[in-house]
Amino acid sequence: MSEPIIRIQDLKKIYRTGDVDVAALRGVSLEVAKGDFVSIVGPSGSGKSTLFHILGGLAAPTSGSIHIDGDDLMALSDSGRTNLRRRKVGFVFQKYNLLPTLTAMGNIEMARYFSENAGPLDQSFRDLLTRLGIQDRLDHKPRAMSGGEQQRVAIARALVNQPAILLADEPTGNLDTENSEKVLGVLRDLNERLGQTILMITHNPEAAAYGHRTVHMRDGRIVRES
Amino acid sequence: MINRLVLENLKHRKLRTALSALSIGFQVTMILSVVGLSQGMLNDSINRAKGVGADIWVKPPGASVIGLSGASMPQKVLGFFQAQPHITHAVGTVIQPYAGISSVSGIDYKEFVGLSGNFRFLQGGPFQTPDELIVDQWYAEQSKASVGDMVTILNHKWRICGVVEPGKLGRLFVPMARLQELTNNQDKLSQILLKVDDPKNTQSIIAELKKIEELDGYSIYSIEEFVSMFSFNNVPGLRAFIWVIIGLSIVIGFLVVSLTMYTTVLERTREIGILKALGASPMNILNILVRETALLAIAGWLAGIVISFGANWAINHFVHSNLQSEITPDWWPTTFAIAMAASLLGALYPGLRAARLDAIEALSYE
Repeated sequence: MSEPIIRIQDLKKIYRTGDVDVAALRGVSLEVAKGDFVSIVGPSGSGKSTLFHILGGLAAPTSGSIHIDGDDLMALSDSGRTNLRRRKVGFVFQKYNLLPTLTAMGNIEMARYFSENAGPLDQSFRDLLTRLGIQDRLDHKPRAMSGGEQQRVAIARALVNQPAILLADEPTGNLDTENSEKVLGVLRDLNERLGQTILMITHNPEAAAYGHRTVHMRDGRIVRES
Repeated sequence: MINRLVLENLKHRKLRTALSALSIGFQVTMILSVVGLSQGMLNDSINRAKGVGADIWVKPPGASVIGLSGASMPQKVLGFFQAQPHITHAVGTVIQPYAGISSVSGIDYKEFVGLSGNFRFLQGGPFQTPDELIVDQWYAEQSKASVGDMVTILNHKWRICGVVEPGKLGRLFVPMARLQELTNNQDKLSQILLKVDDPKNTQSIIAELKKIEELDGYSIYSIEEFVSMFSFNNVPGLRAFIWVIIGLSIVIGFLVVSLTMYTTVLERTREIGILKALGASPMNILNILVRETALLAIAGWLAGIVISFGANWAINHFVHSNLQSEITPDWWPTTFAIAMAASLLGALYPGLRAARLDAIEALSYE
């Protein structure tokens, strides 16, 4: 196993709702090597989304330690987490989450803009667009694309800044079987060919099987790995 | 890239964008119309005052330069002026306001044209009877009046005997004696117009007149001094009125943009979450909304100027008599600043709200 790109130790996250503290993560420890493809499964409320949000810099951890590609997330301020999202993390969501007013290319350019990634797209990314099968759909807005196409645009957008990790939250949750297989195939291909580190949240055991290993969560803890 | 997003966002909701810009536009038009109307009326008054050809204007004690007031100066004073050296013509007139801001001028026809030169008649001719009325072309066109028509002014029926080119003193002229009689101002004048032998002597003549004890309290102006007083500051309440209009415009602009941006932020909550996930900082989000607002303000300002041309044309063509409006380009920068300031103020709260949105909550917003 190569050097871990994600190292989490005894991570806790407590949300305060009104006067009540709710523990969403109760001491999670996990290491993910560079180039790994990890599926995270678990029932609703198991803490997998909270883990996803903390790994993506969308929420601050309460205690423990978490490092991504050398960055200590416990030490990051809001602006530090913003920078993490710009440079080290790419998101793929269940509902695609493309900006509806921009074309596919506009969505990709927007991600490049925030990471200050200027200049023309490099050839390897253009090859990726071809592999994703969206090279002819770049001038289309999301409403003119199928769900599968939108999700592949979202994957391209997530990867345009060559992030250290790709976080995918139920990426096939809104897709039919055919498109689900296409998207999962794309993720596996990215992982195998480019060595892209991927963490994927899913409810679907078939989808989870695309990963190298599966982390099972329950009640804010990792209960099993397979 | 941000500019492209901003443009696409505005294009995405075309009707809302158009309505917001129009609302800001009407705010701009409101200011430009009030100012244009005020300036138009003042300039029209200046032109008509200059068109008389008098070198000196004499107003009775306590009379305002611009305010419309009836006759209050004894007519016998006229003889006093006529007797002064260097004064070639001394002509009294009666200005009687009616129907709000309109007025009718009572003149001694022969004396008046002696000072001012003949009227240029487009139709008809001078008074033949005491109950006749001369109107200028502007009034005739707006009232669709022509020679022979009967007009009721001051509860008196007048027959239009002539239509003249505009630009002398007033828009409506009647024989002075009849007007004095109708208004119970026999032997009273509103103002006296003086012509001097050499305009170069005007200031020295005024200085001499002001030394005369009997004229103590009278306002005596050269034509230059007289027309210089036709300004916003000298019309009672006008400046305050314009400030009120500007204040209302700012409030309207603020409310319109505030509402627009608030609904925009609500509608785009999820998109704001997406932008944050892509690495947008709170300042990036605020920047996007500020740019959208600035574009709306610019579009609204331009629309307001275009609409103000329409309003100006409508006032000058459809509003019955005595309202003159002008296009006032010197106020365009001011209205730009007002529209921009009101819009940015309106965008402030929604913008800050958007900037502070929690990314996770925003992403889960349906």
